[in-house]
Amino acid sequence: MFDFLNSGQYDVLGAFWVTVQLTLYSAVGSLIWGTALAGMRVSPVPLMRAFGTAYVNIVRNIPLTLLVLGCSLGLYQTLSITLGGGTSKEVGFRLAILGLIAYTGTFVCEAIRSGINTVPVGQAEAARALGLSFFQVLTLIVLPQAFRAVIAPLTNVLIALTKNTTVAATIGVAEAALLMKEMLENESDAIFAVFAVFALGFVLLTLPTGLLLGWVAKRVAVKR
Amino acid sequence: MSSVLYDTPGPKAKARNWIYTGVFLVLLALVMWWALSLMAEKNQLDADKWAPFVTDSQIWTTFLLPGLGETLKAGLIAMVIALPLGALLGIARLSDHAWIRVPVGTVVEFLRAIPVLMLMIFSSALYVMLGTVSSDLRPLYAVVTGLVLYNASVIAEIVRAGILTLPRGQTDAAKAIGMRKGQIMTYVLVPQAVTAMLPALVSQLVVILKDTALGGAVLGFADLMSMNRQISANYSNTIATMVVIALIYIAVNFALTTFASWLEGRLRKSQKGTGAVVAGDVAEVDAGGAAGVGQAP
Repeated sequence: MFDFLNSGQYDVLGAFWVTVQLTLYSAVGSLIWGTALAGMRVSPVPLMRAFGTAYVNIVRNIPLTLLVLGCSLGLYQTLSITLGGGTSKEVGFRLAILGLIAYTGTFVCEAIRSGINTVPVGQAEAARALGLSFFQVLTLIVLPQAFRAVIAPLTNVLIALTKNTTVAATIGVAEAALLMKEMLENESDAIFAVFAVFALGFVLLTLPTGLLLGWVAKRVAVKR
Repeated sequence: MSSVLYDTPGPKAKARNWIYTGVFLVLLALVMWWALSLMAEKNQLDADKWAPFVTDSQIWTTFLLPGLGETLKAGLIAMVIALPLGALLGIARLSDHAWIRVPVGTVVEFLRAIPVLMLMIFSSALYVMLGTVSSDLRPLYAVVTGLVLYNASVIAEIVRAGILTLPRGQTDAAKAIGMRKGQIMTYVLVPQAVTAMLPALVSQLVVILKDTALGGAVLGFADLMSMNRQISANYSNTIATMVVIALIYIAVNFALTTFASWLEGRLRKSQKGTGAVVAGDVAEVDAGGAAGVGQAP
């Protein structure tokens, strides 16, 4: 029943490796971009706040599929932006990451902002009383505490990101969903087995992440 | 105005803020200028690429509006099926009997772990194999099936959270006046939980509408998303089409998100309910999430 795995025709592990790579690069990128956005949204400069709010509200309401496809059709095929060149496969991989970062960054931003709200006002007041600037208060006092509070929500964002990397299939990045589509078409007599393999793959990717980071979140949470 | 992070600005801080504003404005302008000049170089700013959306009503009547109709149709059908199914799963997960609770819990967790796109692709293959659905209806069926499976599991969690947020006294009081388990659920817990869940459920509709786009891109579902191919084939204006389609999605979803947070505010204030509001599934990045991410009240 599972002999399609041994035929050597399909590189299932390779496809999942692409999924993992997409996830990791996008996770790092969206953490940076999301933190920057959160910094803007809580900054004392009205224009930055407005930009952050507008970006989050606009991008969050666009389907990820449209963003990723826009990166491919708009940036690459129309404007010839290649993000460093290479084969069209490499470019597609990077464009998918760009789309995922643009989208996931908004959710990271909102998670961090909610974390900032959990920091008691007294902490920042005490820091300001010592003469720290806004940037110092944010990076030395508030963000470290906020990050420890938002590990659980960020874990959920990471898990959702892992699942969202399948959207890269729409622009032909050779990751798990694309391979599954191909296999379902070729092995139409074993579609349940094929689906089971890929479903299990995702369970194996997301379940340990959730358990591990859930444990970390409990360990590092600031006890108040 | 003052916040956790900074005091009401004095003269020095005000001056500094103006400098930051200036620097940020210049950076923003540079990025915009770079983007626009790039587009101008490839003739993407030409009037004939953008004008059709205003001058040519056919673009709306033949493509965009029917596409939006399909998107809304798939989203609403999925919501209507997923809602009762999710409620049932959520309640079953709270059952006293392990033989109901455990399998339902497993199914819900399993479905939540699988990407919607995979569920859609699988259902499409399943319908091909079964041969019961005609091929022109298959994309719609596959999209709806994928959305229902995934969102029923998400709604199940929302329902479960909604019921669990209710004060224990509700159950105790109901037991004290001699209600049976089924009665407690149907007359006491579920009605209260539903009000608490409403904002999260409306936000979930945003997620569903956004996810229909997957069907348009992968399964050949004739939704709003898939219209970008047809329009840019006719007018060769890829970027303009994408921007307009994105604007339509933003408008529809923004309306829903605003409605959800308005509802949430109303429910929090209302004296009737418990005032408890279940946060939308922050879990899902694909969640619209306005009601989700816990803004401090």
